[in-house]
Amino acid sequence: MKRLNTASLTKALPQLLSLLIILFLNYLAFPGFFEIRLQDGRLFGSLIDVLNRGAPVIILAIGMTAVIASRGVDLSVGAVMAVSGALAATMTVSGYPLPIVILTALGAGLVCGLWNGLLVAYFDLQPIVATLILMVAGRGVAQLITEGSIVTFNEPGLIYFGTGSFAGIPMPILIAALLLVAAIAVVRRTALGLLIESIGVNRSASSYAGLNSKMLLLVIYGFCGFCAALAGIIIAADIRGADANNAGLWLELDAILAVVIGGTSLFGGRFSILMSALGAIIIQAMNTGILLSGFPPEYNLILKALVIIVILLAQSFTSLGGWAFLKAEFRSKGTNGQ
Amino acid sequence: MISMKRILLTSAVALACAGTANAAGLTVGFSQIGSESGWRAAETSVSKIEAKKRGVDLKIADAQQKQENQIKAIRGFIAQGVDAIFIAPVVATGWDTVLAEAKEAKIPVILLDRTIDTSNADLYLTAVTSDTVHEGKVAGEWLAKTVAGKDCKVVELQGTVGSSPAINRKKGFEEGIASASNIKITRSQTGDFTRSKGKEVMEGFLKAENGGKGICALYAHNDDMAVGAIQAIKEAGLKPGKDILVVSVDAVPDIFKAMSEGESNATVELTPNMAGPAFDALKAFKDSGKAPPKWIQTESKLYTQADDPKKVYEEKKGLGY
Amino acid sequence: MSDEPGLLTVEGICKSFIGFKALDGVDFTIRPGEVHALLGENGAGKSTLIKVLTGVHQPDAGTIKIDGQAVHVRDTQHAQHLGIGTVYQEVNLLPDMSVADNLYIGRQPMRFGFIDRKRMEKQARELLAQYDLHLDVSSDLSRYSVAVQQLVAIARAVDMSGRILVLDEPTASLDRHETEILFAILRRLRARGLGIVFITHFLDQVYEICDRVTVLRNGKLAGSALTTELPKLELVSLMLGRTLAVATHNTRRDRPPAQIKQFSFDKLGRSRSIAPFDLEIGEGEVIGMAGLLGSGRTETAKVLFGIDPADTGQIRINGNPVVIRTPQEAVANGFGLCPEDRKSDGIIGDLSVRENIALALQAQRGWLKRLSSREQVALADKFVKALDIRTTDIEKPIKFLSGGNQQKVILARWLATNPRFLILDEPTRGIDVGAHAEIITLINQLCDDGMALLVISSEIDEIVAYSTRVVVLRDRAHRGELSGDDITTSNIMRMIAAEPQGAPA
Repeated sequence: MKRLNTASLTKALPQLLSLLIILFLNYLAFPGFFEIRLQDGRLFGSLIDVLNRGAPVIILAIGMTAVIASRGVDLSVGAVMAVSGALAATMTVSGYPLPIVILTALGAGLVCGLWNGLLVAYFDLQPIVATLILMVAGRGVAQLITEGSIVTFNEPGLIYFGTGSFAGIPMPILIAALLLVAAIAVVRRTALGLLIESIGVNRSASSYAGLNSKMLLLVIYGFCGFCAALAGIIIAADIRGADANNAGLWLELDAILAVVIGGTSLFGGRFSILMSALGAIIIQAMNTGILLSGFPPEYNLILKALVIIVILLAQSFTSLGGWAFLKAEFRSKGTNGQ
Repeated sequence: MISMKRILLTSAVALACAGTANAAGLTVGFSQIGSESGWRAAETSVSKIEAKKRGVDLKIADAQQKQENQIKAIRGFIAQGVDAIFIAPVVATGWDTVLAEAKEAKIPVILLDRTIDTSNADLYLTAVTSDTVHEGKVAGEWLAKTVAGKDCKVVELQGTVGSSPAINRKKGFEEGIASASNIKITRSQTGDFTRSKGKEVMEGFLKAENGGKGICALYAHNDDMAVGAIQAIKEAGLKPGKDILVVSVDAVPDIFKAMSEGESNATVELTPNMAGPAFDALKAFKDSGKAPPKWIQTESKLYTQADDPKKVYEEKKGLGY
Repeated sequence: MSDEPGLLTVEGICKSFIGFKALDGVDFTIRPGEVHALLGENGAGKSTLIKVLTGVHQPDAGTIKIDGQAVHVRDTQHAQHLGIGTVYQEVNLLPDMSVADNLYIGRQPMRFGFIDRKRMEKQARELLAQYDLHLDVSSDLSRYSVAVQQLVAIARAVDMSGRILVLDEPTASLDRHETEILFAILRRLRARGLGIVFITHFLDQVYEICDRVTVLRNGKLAGSALTTELPKLELVSLMLGRTLAVATHNTRRDRPPAQIKQFSFDKLGRSRSIAPFDLEIGEGEVIGMAGLLGSGRTETAKVLFGIDPADTGQIRINGNPVVIRTPQEAVANGFGLCPEDRKSDGIIGDLSVRENIALALQAQRGWLKRLSSREQVALADKFVKALDIRTTDIEKPIKFLSGGNQQKVILARWLATNPRFLILDEPTRGIDVGAHAEIITLINQLCDDGMALLVISSEIDEIVAYSTRVVVLRDRAHRGELSGDDITTSNIMRMIAAEPQGAPA
């Protein structure tokens, strides 16, 4: 068991190292980076910002990990966020009570996800094509719901999901953490993890072994849609408005990137939800760092791309056994030298 | 949804009675881009109001963001023999052929909100647009006047990198504060014209500038980013509008609400009333035959807390923003 | 013939990988105009030897001579240049490109800097005509059967290299007719003076086509002889290093047949897949299923197991009607299926041996009732020991195991569910002789323990050895059943060939 732990730690090394380096660079750019204080009973500081701003992508990445592990991809999560946010906002403005608003918005996400799952599992569409449909159509639906404008609301209950706090911890962080713990527990305490990895590696062989792979895919995509809806509610609550044109725009790509940085292969199979969340935090730490650095905005995307290239190279280097190789090289050089 | 239906319905009705255009008023075809933003929806509503005021029969065709739909609509207007055509062009190029057809039919064309690239400027009568550089300048001049010589560090929320309003509003603002050496832009980042990015970037600014204590004013390239940033300022324990002055561009309803609550100080209007000046120019042209100037600049009106923001909010809210 | 100089001679080849010696002083000679079988169990060193010959690996010691001249094979391209062409088991062609493209890719005839399609296709047609293949060379390769693709690969290899042809299990996925066509072509190439290295697991084919046999065992040369001078039994003992007990008579058939047939399938069928058939099977029975590829054997298995559910007929278990429309329902009724295509339908390549063994049982229990890590390890350990699955670690991904051991893992996966009725589709295809014998022993053992088994196999000797009854298929229909003393190789062959039965019924 000890051996297993160090092994998984070694696997996580490039990601942990990347995060530490990015945090350190952020510290260099802005010495107050690690300062945390209490503001109006709520933790306040750049580190908190990283987690708070990263929460929607962490939540998306949790759902996306399951989808990617099943050898799929869900491009529609950004659009689903817009739909759920739009629903939550318009229903709140129309005076529906909070529990109904939340359940409807989450339910809409679930339905969107199940729709994707239906196309993938039962109609055998390629995931990228199946979810592309909703990626395009979903944003249109959201625009119809909001009639093309930003629907602003002032209902404190809903706003609490975005800017409230519990015991000083901002709600988005709390929600993401709870979902993370719950998802990991469900996946590893039940057999879901094994079954998902199995259909991701070889769906046909899994069916032959008696797995109900269609139902499983339906559940996976449904869960991913649910996560997207949750993220959508949070970002709408955060700005007290539903912006159908921009909510969740391109976040599907951030979510996929988070999963990839976390080390789950786009070809399905082995996955780690925790590592995907770490990937999401790395992305956000980078974004926040760029904001703090004071570089002109024209450099944002280039900086981001460079950092990602470095992280992914380090990661593939590790998975190819590069560190062990270097160690061996170093040792043999050392002995040769003597 | 409702406004969409309304537009479709109006245009359908208008098309249906195309043949019976009354001789007293003018019949004008308006090829609108679509309803991609609140401002666009407001532009459509205001156009209808302005048309009604003048007894103009306005037919609106929604192109749903597609140039081919706009060209189809324009050809339809030509076939119906309207008195003039208004176009809010979705892209800048590719208009020469269809505009030549309009010219052949002797129907004057007026561009609204955006201009086009063409080798032959005779193809359209005039273009009614705002001057985005001027908008920035108005905002800058307001700030220079307001701080009145005191030292002031400004943080700027830019629009989408590389977009022309972002470039021009930045340029105009810098011109507006050029004479005030006490005002310095210390940080400038893109907020992509969105509320959530505006909030996120402002959070960063606040941390980087000693919890916001070093910031005297915020200039945002649009109101949406300002609305997001106002929330960030409040969450940092500061009072927007007092501790940090807020000035932005566009004049959407939500910023008037913030203004009425004292959380924002000023906004420069990008008026949705492009059709009004266009109708006036058209009438003058029809009456006297005198061609208007090639470019009609709309007013970039400054609104402050002194302009009864609550009332403006109520007025604007009905326009479909 | 044996005195002729070697076309290609290797002497004292050694090749080590980290921690183990793959080749240890191997000598090997190919003469012009011979088909030379290279045999050995998995891990004996066959593929390493081939890779040394084709420049994929560099030998640690030893020499390679072509026409008596020592050569150093730098890489695969150099090997082709030296006249050595290879066709691997999984044909490495491009299915989505045309036949002509596949034949000439990388060396297309050019004209004005563009590929001269017309000329390329003409050359392709001429080249294939030498093999009596008349294909539409401009259509995609994937339109043709695996057998044809194999011949295209051979045509390409011979055209590019032209002296020595190495064939790695060329007949593994061919049926008898296709194998005949391949052999005809090999005979023609032999007549042209090519030296052909033929790797296979089918011993019958060795005697049918090969002139000489070389056997490797544990990286060493076990022996080399003319086929005519080496009896089959001796060959097998050379490969195994021990003598194999050959089942000559099936004592099980002497016992009275099972009275109670727990599983009965009445008029089960599926349109365009398999004609309706009746089948009954009881505890302790092994039904052998014989027929050519495409005769409906695998289709029968898929219908029984609910992968392609039946659209007519009824299934009864102990007299009670049951519905099986999905593999889950089949498993719930105590069925198991080891599929024909191990790679695409059997193994979960990236998952460990442990997880692969636990999978079916876990699926049966449902996702909520997880087998704990401890239970999974215990299960895996038990079957690794019981079935002698050779792996260094139960956490090793199954894709790194040899074919025979992968097959044992799939068997273990089903045995873990404690099935009452197990369907084995080609359980011994593409696995080495040792594992082959073990699986046959296992079939007998399971049957003695009271399991009902349905075994599909192309190896008729094998079917004769273990079956209590034999069903013969032809043209997607069950054509007849043999039992008792009627189960003989010749009777089965006649039924497959649709000839009148020679032996008395």
